[in-house]
Amino acid sequence: MNKVVNDADEAVRGIEDGMTLMLGGFGLCGLPENSIAALVKKGVKDLTCISNNAGVDDFGIGLMLKQRQVKKMISSYVGENAEFERQLLSGELEVELIPQGTLATRCMAAGYGMPAIFTPAGIGTEVAEGKEVRNFKGKDYLMEMAFEADFAIVKAWKGDTMGNLVYRATARNFNAVMAMAGNVTIAEVEELVEPGELDPDHIHTPGIYVHRIYQGQDYEKRIEQRTVRKK
Amino acid sequence: MLDKDGIAKRIAKEIKDGYYVNLGIGIPTLVANYIPENIDVVLQSENGLLGMGPFPLDGQEDADVINAGKQTITMLPGSAVFDSAMSFGMIRAKKVNLTILGAMEVSENGDIASWKIPGKMVKGMGGAMDLVASAENIIVAMQHVNKAGESKLLPKCTLPLTGINCVKKIVTELAVFDVLPDGGFKLIERAPGVSVDEIKKATAGKLIIEGEIPEMAS
Repeated sequence: MNKVVNDADEAVRGIEDGMTLMLGGFGLCGLPENSIAALVKKGVKDLTCISNNAGVDDFGIGLMLKQRQVKKMISSYVGENAEFERQLLSGELEVELIPQGTLATRCMAAGYGMPAIFTPAGIGTEVAEGKEVRNFKGKDYLMEMAFEADFAIVKAWKGDTMGNLVYRATARNFNAVMAMAGNVTIAEVEELVEPGELDPDHIHTPGIYVHRIYQGQDYEKRIEQRTVRKK
Repeated sequence: MLDKDGIAKRIAKEIKDGYYVNLGIGIPTLVANYIPENIDVVLQSENGLLGMGPFPLDGQEDADVINAGKQTITMLPGSAVFDSAMSFGMIRAKKVNLTILGAMEVSENGDIASWKIPGKMVKGMGGAMDLVASAENIIVAMQHVNKAGESKLLPKCTLPLTGINCVKKIVTELAVFDVLPDGGFKLIERAPGVSVDEIKKATAGKLIIEGEIPEMAS
């Protein structure tokens, strides 16, 4: 069960114009930066991207937006990304904004083989428009469908050649749920190890969900809001 | 009148021993600085962390350790990390005791608008829609009026909603209000030096004033 590919270019093979991609990360934290760079280089376009944010103007998915590779974004938050907000307001980019928990749970549902979830998030708002509402024990819930994605692209801290993944701190975020949800899942890791080197009890994503894995290079791990306190 | 820290300080008084608390972006983040030291509180950050600590010391920032506002933070002994689905799972399952967030508008029946001004500004709802739809204890921290001087405490929200019938309490630079279950902003306290008349003038929604309104203890 060797899932290893040589590099990012090989990992993104088969991603074609018009496909739907999931991209892990929260802001710039836990971003699959090597795979994104490969997609920018590859130049695929008309993509639908499911990702909580869209990076910033000059990093992450922001780079793909700048090159107009993205037809549609499905996200929960666009603040602090001027190019994204500009393309959204001008109508150049199709954007579906959905609640963050709904986004995460629609990924989870896909990974758990469930067609839909029920959530109260968005009841009484424009998010509910056109969606089925069900009442359970006196409270209204929206039916939200599991996502379908051609590829899920995630980043983990460590992984083994069988595709088992371990994330670090809050870089786990959407990576762990998206890893379970793609028809094909591509994982880049900071450190690729041999089977047996990761404690089975500590694995966050079992390798069955992962199809391609590689060790990324030159992680920039940029910080979006550097905040410190005085001694 | 309160400044942002004053609003945060007043809200901190609502936090009780044993609470798990989610703090939104902006003024709510400042609340962490005023939690009394003699109580035990765990802060939840919806990107996937329980046990959020203070900002790191200069040079100790870690790109993998951030809060929902994407700020570098620290973890504490006893912290736990998890994925985003579980994070909202604990929110939906009402394990989080108190949610504090900002708003652009609140209506007298507890509706909140906080994520979009059509045609002008879109930030996205982030986790706010999930939080307000599930949390039972929601406090809004906000300025009383917008930049144009118009009241943000309204009979009905004019902006796209984040959630309905959910806000329980509001703290502004002028006053503290309970949002009553059958509608209305009940004035609880005045900020130092602020008169009831000033609060009346700045409040467009139904204001309920019963008896003498005390000035906030500083």
